[in-house]
Amino acid sequence: MSTHTTPNTATFRVWRGDDASGQLVDYTTPVSEGMVVLDAIHQIQADQANDLAVRWNCKAGKCGSCSAEINGKPKLMCMARLSELPLDKPVTVEPMRAFKPIRDLVTDVSWNFRVKQEIKPFKPRKPDAPDGTWRMDQTDVDRVQEFRKCIECFLCQDVCHVLRDHRKHDEFIGPRFLVYAAALEMHPLDVEDRVADLKREHGIGYCNITKCCTKVCPEGITITDNAIIPLKERVVDEFYDPLGRLVKIFSRRKKDA
Amino acid sequence: MPEFETIDHDVLVIGAGGAGLRAAIAAAAENVRVGLVCKSLLGKAHTVMAEGGMAASLANVDDRDHWRVHFADTMRGGQYVNNWRMAELHAKEAPDRVRELEAWGALFDRTPDGRILQRNFGGHRYPRLAHVGDRTGLEMIRTLQDHAVHRGIDVHMECTVVTLFKDGDRVSGAFAYDRERGRFKVFRAKAIVLATGGIGRAYSITSNSWEYTGDGHSLAYHAGAVLQDMEFVQFHPTGMVWPPSVKGILVTEGVRGEGGVLTNKNGRRFMFDDIPENYRAQTADNEEEGWRYTQGDKNARRPPELLTRDHVARCIMREVKEGRGSPHGGVFLDISWIKSKLPNAAEHIKKKLPSMYHQFKQLADIDITTTPMEVGPTTHYVMGGIRVDGDSQMSTVPGLFAAGECAAGLHGANRLGGNSLSDLLVFGKRAGEYAAKFATARGTVAVDNGAADDAARFALAPLERAGSRNGNGIGDGPYQIQYRLQEIMQEGVGIVRRDAEMRHALETVLAMGRDAAHVSVPGNREYNPGWHTALDLRNLLTISEAIARAAIERKESRGGHFRDDYPDKDPTFATFNITLRKAADGSMQLERVPIPPMPAELKAVIEEMK
Repeated sequence: MSTHTTPNTATFRVWRGDDASGQLVDYTTPVSEGMVVLDAIHQIQADQANDLAVRWNCKAGKCGSCSAEINGKPKLMCMARLSELPLDKPVTVEPMRAFKPIRDLVTDVSWNFRVKQEIKPFKPRKPDAPDGTWRMDQTDVDRVQEFRKCIECFLCQDVCHVLRDHRKHDEFIGPRFLVYAAALEMHPLDVEDRVADLKREHGIGYCNITKCCTKVCPEGITITDNAIIPLKERVVDEFYDPLGRLVKIFSRRKKDA
Repeated sequence: MPEFETIDHDVLVIGAGGAGLRAAIAAAAENVRVGLVCKSLLGKAHTVMAEGGMAASLANVDDRDHWRVHFADTMRGGQYVNNWRMAELHAKEAPDRVRELEAWGALFDRTPDGRILQRNFGGHRYPRLAHVGDRTGLEMIRTLQDHAVHRGIDVHMECTVVTLFKDGDRVSGAFAYDRERGRFKVFRAKAIVLATGGIGRAYSITSNSWEYTGDGHSLAYHAGAVLQDMEFVQFHPTGMVWPPSVKGILVTEGVRGEGGVLTNKNGRRFMFDDIPENYRAQTADNEEEGWRYTQGDKNARRPPELLTRDHVARCIMREVKEGRGSPHGGVFLDISWIKSKLPNAAEHIKKKLPSMYHQFKQLADIDITTTPMEVGPTTHYVMGGIRVDGDSQMSTVPGLFAAGECAAGLHGANRLGGNSLSDLLVFGKRAGEYAAKFATARGTVAVDNGAADDAARFALAPLERAGSRNGNGIGDGPYQIQYRLQEIMQEGVGIVRRDAEMRHALETVLAMGRDAAHVSVPGNREYNPGWHTALDLRNLLTISEAIARAAIERKESRGGHFRDDYPDKDPTFATFNITLRKAADGSMQLERVPIPPMPAELKAVIEEMK
């Protein structure tokens, strides 16, 4: 889908700085067919600014390392084709704004790793077969595989206004970890209960379903509809529906047995 | 004097892909203090790129499968220069390692009766690869990562090891810098597991990321360990070739496993034109039989597209060289043709190969459900690495272990697809366990402060060289040196090799070692990729020299090592491995080390499976 013709050079307005201060710096670099923003950043790094800080690994949209804001939109730099950007004016490339800058395009995402560790880990039911294995239907697996596609690029965290604007990092785990919790809660083998944590510790109530996260997910995970809303329903069932809660306690006991 | 923080662990694992994570989990289970160093953020290691699956003879899809068949397939694929003990352990233990992942939360695709589904792959006699669509590596690394973080392991993210320390003969620690602030760390450890992956960045066309600079190979070598089989580099037959910016990115073998075919510009399925003798009996001789095989017909033999990677890569090179290639210098890989065989083929392709669909759609404007892909060989994997004991994974340096791609032995001259992920699990676990036992059995070690100061001076030198503060590095910048090295290795010691070209490459690499000693970079120590690239150069140059020397020595063609001047296999070269070690004078010393004789029962397995 080429919407713009490719000129010979383009200018990239790259944010350079650290936790204390920073500014946008213009670099002009040659462009060629099929290039992505990460290619341009690498060229600039090799030829003009050896110390330009950027994270990347796979360059194929699979590792989720090169997240940035390109012309203000959260994207993976390795999947952002230049042919889909207007190159007649500078392309701005900035770090994710929901996290503290470390240097240039690299931000401090360590908070995400701490949050993940606070979510109760996977706990399987007893094996189904005497050889210690389980049986699962592909259809049950499919539902969770959608969530397990997540490459942890944290673009959904970046765009979530609860984190980005209201800086509720201490009270809210963000869309990425609601997807993670959903993957565990809906895992066909899992018997752990995370619903109370979701309400009390993980701040699921902060999410008001604006679906910004779903829009930026490079893996196309339907974060809000398929992960967050069902979790919110479980919270409602557990905390605001006493009859349903009783039924649940019984069925869960059966599941454990 | 440069400052550094000292951190104590019983076992230090360097590398946090599949092998490193599995090793750390295994070591932690032995109740020792474990540190895990990752060059990138946790969960971003190259394992994440693995697509096809992990090979294990679960026999869920074809009950004829057995560890004996897997063992024989691995040895045949490796052209019998494998460490047969590792091939045996791998085939026997892989099924348990896969089932264990499921117990830790991995969700594999299922068979109709609800068990783990397995798919066909090159060189495997039966459908053997447990998989999750074409993102198996992501499933594996995430499962291991999420399991590991609850095991009390200290994770040091974005941290690069520059050198190893020794206390007498024994390894005693590592010197590292953190990328974020450029601060130095001295790790003191009773045992170390190297799990740093491969060497792909020594080549210009590669499926590997910036991290794969042969760090573990080089760290071990400079610490006195022996490297072996370095001449065996795997060029994956199907990398993207167009547009230029994506050249080398992997196209999974799973495309062929699902029925994808290779054709030249005349539309001919050229893989039927050259089927090696030792695979003829198990390869289809017509297109219809090949298709039936991919659809699970147990009476059909596999299509020639699923021959081993070394062979497929060379056939592609031949087509291109003889003028029958695709417009951008590759050949065509077509999965869209299956629409003539299957209803809903487009949906089927998207379901089975979602990331391939996504990758071509987004990066090349190609819809693989309607249009053939253009593909060509890309540097993918190194079979060679640190010589280890098959059972314990300990190198020739006491206390220094290695697992996964940076270790040698399992794959011999050529690795089968799917054997890498299972390798990581089987030998990651073994390395972690044995390292923990070693650490528990042996006393404490010391790190010499003088050695730490030397390491710090080496690390700081590129920043302190004249001109580094005001220059911008053009000319002798670290990136330019790296690019030049990649071109030299690609041209001189690439897919098709010749003596004179390899000698020229070797001389150039040695000369570049002198250039690299003068490299300077601008900026300071905080998250400075130019500096990091400069420090990686020593590793790249070391392993490039090792590859060139070993490749010159092996005057035959076998597996991943193909020589135009010696195009045939030579049985005398099947009796030894080529090893390299650092001599007292600092030079690289080469030796032919005989392969120990295989026990009768394993020999019998190979005979039986012929």
